[in-house]
Parts: sequence; C-alpha cells; structure tokens
Amino acid sequence: MTDQINTPASTEVVEQPEKREPLGIFFWICVAWLALNAIAAIFGPWLPLHDPNAMEGMPGESPSLNHLLGTDQLGRDIFARVILGARISLGISLGAMAIGFGVGGVLGMFAAFRRGVLDLIATSITFMFLAFPSIIGVIAVLSFWQPASLGKITLVIGITSIPLVYRVVRAATLATASKEYVTAAKVMGARDGRILLRELLPNIAPTALSFLLFGVATVIVFEGVLAFLGLSIPSYVAPSWGNMINASRDAMSATPRNWPLIVFPSLMLCLFVLCLNFVGDRLRSYFDVTEVKL
Amino acid sequence: MRSYVLRRLVLLIGIVFVISVGSFFMIHLLPGDLATVILGAANTPHNRKILYAQLGLDKGILQQYLTWISHVIRGDLGHSFVSRESINSIIGHAIPIDIEMIFLSQIVAFSLAIPLAMKSARRPNGLFDRLANGFSFGMLSVPSFILVVYAVLFIALILKVPNTGPASFTRMPGFGMLFDNPGEYFNTWRLNLLSMVIPTLTGAIGAFVIYFRTLRSDLIATLQEEFITMARSKGLRRRRILWRHAFRPSSVALLSTAGINIGNAIAGGFVTQFLLAIPGLGATLIAAITTQDYILIQGIVFVVATSVVSINFLIDFITTLIDPRIARD
Repeated sequence: MTDQINTPASTEVVEQPEKREPLGIFFWICVAWLALNAIAAIFGPWLPLHDPNAMEGMPGESPSLNHLLGTDQLGRDIFARVILGARISLGISLGAMAIGFGVGGVLGMFAAFRRGVLDLIATSITFMFLAFPSIIGVIAVLSFWQPASLGKITLVIGITSIPLVYRVVRAATLATASKEYVTAAKVMGARDGRILLRELLPNIAPTALSFLLFGVATVIVFEGVLAFLGLSIPSYVAPSWGNMINASRDAMSATPRNWPLIVFPSLMLCLFVLCLNFVGDRLRSYFDVTEVKL
Repeated sequence: MRSYVLRRLVLLIGIVFVISVGSFFMIHLLPGDLATVILGAANTPHNRKILYAQLGLDKGILQQYLTWISHVIRGDLGHSFVSRESINSIIGHAIPIDIEMIFLSQIVAFSLAIPLAMKSARRPNGLFDRLANGFSFGMLSVPSFILVVYAVLFIALILKVPNTGPASFTRMPGFGMLFDNPGEYFNTWRLNLLSMVIPTLTGAIGAFVIYFRTLRSDLIATLQEEFITMARSKGLRRRRILWRHAFRPSSVALLSTAGINIGNAIAGGFVTQFLLAIPGLGATLIAAITTQDYILIQGIVFVVATSVVSINFLIDFITTLIDPRIARD
C-alpha cells in the first residue's frame, strides 16, 4: 500500500511478446558502465589517480592534461574525486541492500514457504512499518547518532529497507510456491532446505535482482539527500557523489565559471542511477516477471 | 462496500496507534542530551533535575507516553521543549506551505501526465510515445535535489538575479498567510506564486514521470481489452472510447500511485524546503532535530505519518468508488 521507495512505473503488461526480445545494445552499454564504476569503486585506491583529498593544484583550475576535469574549490582533483565517489555511494547502497535482503529477503522466503503464524505476524509488522515515512525515520535516527560513519548510515538505511524487501520477496515466493514443480518436489520427499534453495530461490532470483537494482539506485539518491542535510560522510573525509554536489553548491556561487565542480558529480550520479533503472527494467520484462501486487 | 470501508477504518486507527508508539519510542530510545542544548553552560546536576521535572522527563517512559498520547487524542501536541511555543501553532504555521507545495505540484503533474499518457497510449511505440517514454525514463533518474540545485544556479548565474541564494526564499509567505493575514496575502499573491515556482516545478517533474509511466502502461493494457474492441465496433468515437471506456479503469492504478507519491512528496519536499529555506514542515523538522527538541520532532513525525496514512486511506476509498469490484474481494 505505501512502499516508500519509488520503484519505476508499473507493469509493462502489453510489451511482453511471446518470444523473448533480445536485451539490446543499450542494456549491455549500461551493464558495462555499471561494471566500470564498480571496478573503479573497488580498485580505486590502486588506480593511477591523484589523491582525492590532497590539495594538489590551485583552486578552481580548468581542465588540463594533469587534472582531466580541473580542480575544485580547494584545489583537489575533480576527476579522482568523481571516480572514487563511487566508493561511498556504492558501498552504502550495496551494504544496505545486503542487510535488507539478508534479513527481509530470507524472512520473506521463509514466511511465504511456511505460512502460518510466523507469516501472519511478520507480514502485519511490515505493513505497519511501511505506513511510516521511512525517510523521516532515517533522518531522525542519523541526526541523533553522530558523528556520521559509513557503518551507521549503511545500518540505518539497511534496516529501513527490510520491510519492503520482505514484502517483495514474500510475494514472489508465494507466486512460485504454488507452482506444480514445487508440489512435485514436495511429493517426492525433498527436504525443505532443498525446496527453498533449489526450487524457489532460482525462480525468485530475477524479481529479487531487478528489485535489488532499483533499491541500489534509490539508496544512492538517498545518500545524496543525507549529504545535503549534512548527515552523510563529510566531503573532506571521503568524496561521495552526494557530498560533492552539496559542497559544490556554495563554491559555485563564489566561482560560477567552475562548472565541472557540480556538473560531473551530478552527471555520474544520474547516469549510474539511469543505468541501474534501465538494467532493472529490462531484466524484469525479459524474465517476464509481472510486478508483485503488494 | 460499507463493511469494507469500516474494516479499512479500523485498520487506519490501528496504524495511527502504532505510529504514535513508533514516533514516541523511536525518539526516546535515541542517544542525545537535551539538557546540554537547553541549559548550555548552566548544565549542572541540580538544574538538570529541575529541568527534567519541569518537562515531565523524570517520570517513567511509559508514563510519559501515556501523558503525551492522552493530550494528542484531545488535539494538543504539547509545547516545544526549546522555544516553549505551542506545537499546534508551530505546525499550524508550517503545514499550509507544504499543502501549497504539494497542491500546486500535483496539479501541474496531473495536467501534464494525463494528456501525454493518452496521446502516447494511442500509438504505443510510435514516435511520440518513444520520445515521451524516453524522456520520462531519463527524468526518473534525476533526483529532485539535483533539480533544485540546478534551478537555483540557473536563476542565480544565467538570469543574473542578484542574491538568489537560499536566503532570498526565506520570506516566502505561502498559503499560511491566507489564514494569518488575508489582506497581506492578497497584496502579495504574485510574490507568493513566484516563490513557489521552483518547488512546484521540481516536485511536479518527479510526480509527472511516475504518473505518466503508470497511466501509459495501464492504458495500453486497457486498450487491448475486449470491451474496447466492442466499443470500437459499435462505432464510438475514439475520443469517447479513450476517456469514457479506457481512462476510468486505468485511473485506478494512477490514483494508487498518486497516494504513494503524495506520501513521498511530503517527506521528499523536506530537502527542497531545506535547500531553499522554505519554512514548511520539513525545514521545521530539521531545525527541531538539530536542537534535539524531542517533543516537537515526535509531534511532526506523528502528524506527517498520520496524514500520509490518511491520504492513502482516502485514495483507497475513492478507488472503490471508481471501481467497486475492488471492495468485493
């Protein structure tokens, strides 16, 4: 009824042809872009980049061979900061989703598989939580729980994502658990663990994967929101796309010519989110998953 | 139908109760030291004891909750710990601004999304549909805080309006003035609408994208139903088929999306308000959080959460009026 995360649009009911459409060139371009950013995020510190926190140049230098995108208001290399900005943005979102899926996903599968009291209780509790505007909860908790750290932010966002993940995974599992092959496996005497892992998990994986991608996109945007409220990692500790955009706001008013300062972090953030949304959307229609009714 | 509405109403009351528990205990379980904020240098154990007694914080937490909730039921949210102002009046001053922001941006979003989705759905994958769909997908990935920042920079740098930092938005009158001081409001309504341009447009774009995509895909599905073929074979005009036969069933999905989106808009408008220093609920909440004004925070959280849930309830109700089949399950 009230999922707080904007999953893009609803079902594309009609555009599901009988035979599978190929995923298309744009899909693979997006996947490549996501992979590139992920590699940069993981191996960033070992890449031949400037130190993102060192003031190496003059403030507000224009793009040059040495500083590909110029330098920011403190003379730090924008290129290095933009590339390494993926670290925090991706770290928080993947960490939060790991918590969400680790607790909510597992619980959702179990609840849908076993039904009964556990299901009833867990579902009612998540229903209550979903009615609560989670953004406000996160902002309130984080502002009391200072100073901000990667672990705290990830934990709080992860916990708030649990009810939503639970509902999505539960609905997907419910739809799969009523299929003949699951009944067949039960009749043949398969153990619960086998049914959960070998029959149910592979079949809810596509739904879970596309929801994971939307979730990561949402959390990346949300990290930006937190940065704007001064609740995320400060930009002098480590760059994230959100805190770079936030820091550039004031700097831009002082030096309006220094447009790379704001354009590149926001471009990276939007492109990354766009690719996540696109890949998630294509995967969903590719695997012919009709969106679960919550 | 009546039992359905009754059942939803009971559920609503249950949820509001849970919200009251949630907003109270969430805040109280958090670390934070109110005494340092209020007393400052005078934060001695003796003064602290007096302060806690004055604010009723020396009692057990359950007792505190019962006191608070019994006042809330009577429509009194209490007094701010920091400013001692009545929370009812703080929220009463802030909320009209939020209502105005949401009202205006929803109007813009709907009046763009409905006609465009209609045109798109007429020829799916046609040129217009591809353009509109591509645009909406692209905008889906642009968060509203980026839009706000660019809008402010655009006005400040390109249009060269002097002093267009956040400060120049501070004196936004909002609808609130309509209640406080109607004469003044009607003198400055131009200024008021002008100050709402950025919040309205940035809010509207986000809502438009979601509405357009929901309505478009639902319309495409509806237009393939047999009753549309039937209407067509009866020789009805296309315009009539679109509006009378296709739009009505499709508007159900649109409405429930709108419910979710308005709920998000209340919370999401916080960032816009913070960036532009608009004195709405969001900015008030963030100010309350920085001063650790427990009771104000829990008042605002309670009011916002309750209104989000009530809006959804209202929309569920409207949905059953449009499509009575829903109430019968």
